[in-house]
Amino acid sequence: MAQAQVAAKQSSIGFGKAERKLLTDPLDSNNPVTVQVLGICSALAVTTGMKNALVMAIAVVFVTMFSNMITSALRNSIPKAVRMIVQLIIIATLVTIVELTLKAVAFDSYKQLSVFIGLIITNCIVMGRLEAFAMANGPYKSMLDGIGNGVGYGIILLMVAFVRELFGKGELFGAKIIGNTPEYLLDTTTTWGLGWYANNNLMVLFPSAMFVIGAIIWAHRAWNPSLVDVS
Amino acid sequence: MHSTNQIIRFVLIMTSLVALVLSLMYTGLKGTHELNEAIYAKKAILAAVQNKLGIDASSLPVEEVQEIFDSSIKQEVYDMKGNLLTPAQVEASGYKGGLAENVDINKEAKKPESERILPMYKFKDGDNEFTILSVQGKGLWDVIWGNIALEKDMKTIAGVDFDHKGETPGLGAEIKDNKAWKKQFVGKSIYDAAGNFTGVAVIKGGAKEPTWQVDGISGATITADGVGEMLKRGLNYYGPVLDKMKKS
Repeated sequence: MAQAQVAAKQSSIGFGKAERKLLTDPLDSNNPVTVQVLGICSALAVTTGMKNALVMAIAVVFVTMFSNMITSALRNSIPKAVRMIVQLIIIATLVTIVELTLKAVAFDSYKQLSVFIGLIITNCIVMGRLEAFAMANGPYKSMLDGIGNGVGYGIILLMVAFVRELFGKGELFGAKIIGNTPEYLLDTTTTWGLGWYANNNLMVLFPSAMFVIGAIIWAHRAWNPSLVDVS
Repeated sequence: MHSTNQIIRFVLIMTSLVALVLSLMYTGLKGTHELNEAIYAKKAILAAVQNKLGIDASSLPVEEVQEIFDSSIKQEVYDMKGNLLTPAQVEASGYKGGLAENVDINKEAKKPESERILPMYKFKDGDNEFTILSVQGKGLWDVIWGNIALEKDMKTIAGVDFDHKGETPGLGAEIKDNKAWKKQFVGKSIYDAAGNFTGVAVIKGGAKEPTWQVDGISGATITADGVGEMLKRGLNYYGPVLDKMKKS
């Protein structure tokens, strides 16, 4: 009787401490980018601007959430021998849905992100969560885990994009914030007193994403020493 | 454990479900996709004259783009000898619709030079009169293309817009993103003083002939050279047409 009650409690759709942990852990102590160091490829490529990073983050949250849910719902009927292929079909379908939707509603972002939307299929975070979590937990919890990991990835993406767009182009979301005029003259119209700033082209190039991610990982571990690898 | 039959059945059901969902979605959104592609191409054409008109082509709403195209732009297609082609002839070249906007400049580049067809957009709105030409060439990694607007005299550049398939952001992609660089082309002549065709040369290390040369982009020599080559070759294709237009 007691066991049945516990089981009922576990499968119920509530939002207790355990559920909150599923959502918040990937944002901090188990962040897919800074702690597990997954999904770095797209973090390099799509972080030249905040807008692209935001669209990419939303796309990844959508894919991780639904792929986790669907895989979890099917977990008992998926034949073990072909489970990776089945997971891949689920991910690929969702990514194609994202791609078709973006092409219809946000064509400019679709053009700019080009192949990187398709490459969400190969993003290790997505399949990693399917294997590590969704195959062993219920759909509701898997959904929370998917959202958590997607958002955890998205936050880092936005942080990197913030630094790269601001210091590389002097803009945020395409709107001018700091820096000189296009003719490399002192821009006195900016309100932040930083019209003298010369845009650092290195920030637009891919290597800068590595530097910024490295700095974020360092800051994260300095702030939370329990994350430091002991070797 | 699952038997082989069960596995096959599972995979079959799964893939047909997925195929059904995706094909429904694809056909459902196809119209929107095509419209978006068309508007994107039209915005790129308007981008060549946006500074002269004082508009920002990339942020124009769809209706306004259509409106400008309907009211101010006359589309024409020419062959390499400078003869005007009828819509039927353009359709015969494989472009449904038969208008200049239907011509795919990257597809044309794969044909032998003598068989190519050239789209041309004649913009006329009050005193603003421009002829917009499309060119295509090679960057460092992949194809680059652009639209070049000429003034009424058919030799001075009024504005340019470039795009690329896979150039590096911050380096080669500057040909699209760097507005100051594109501004250099404005006012350059594609003919020298003697009336010989020169195109516009992109010079590494700085332009020496202010009338028909512009500065290159540091770190993107090959892409910038590609732009120069594209302009020289691409605009030269239009030579016979431009000669005829100047005479009349």
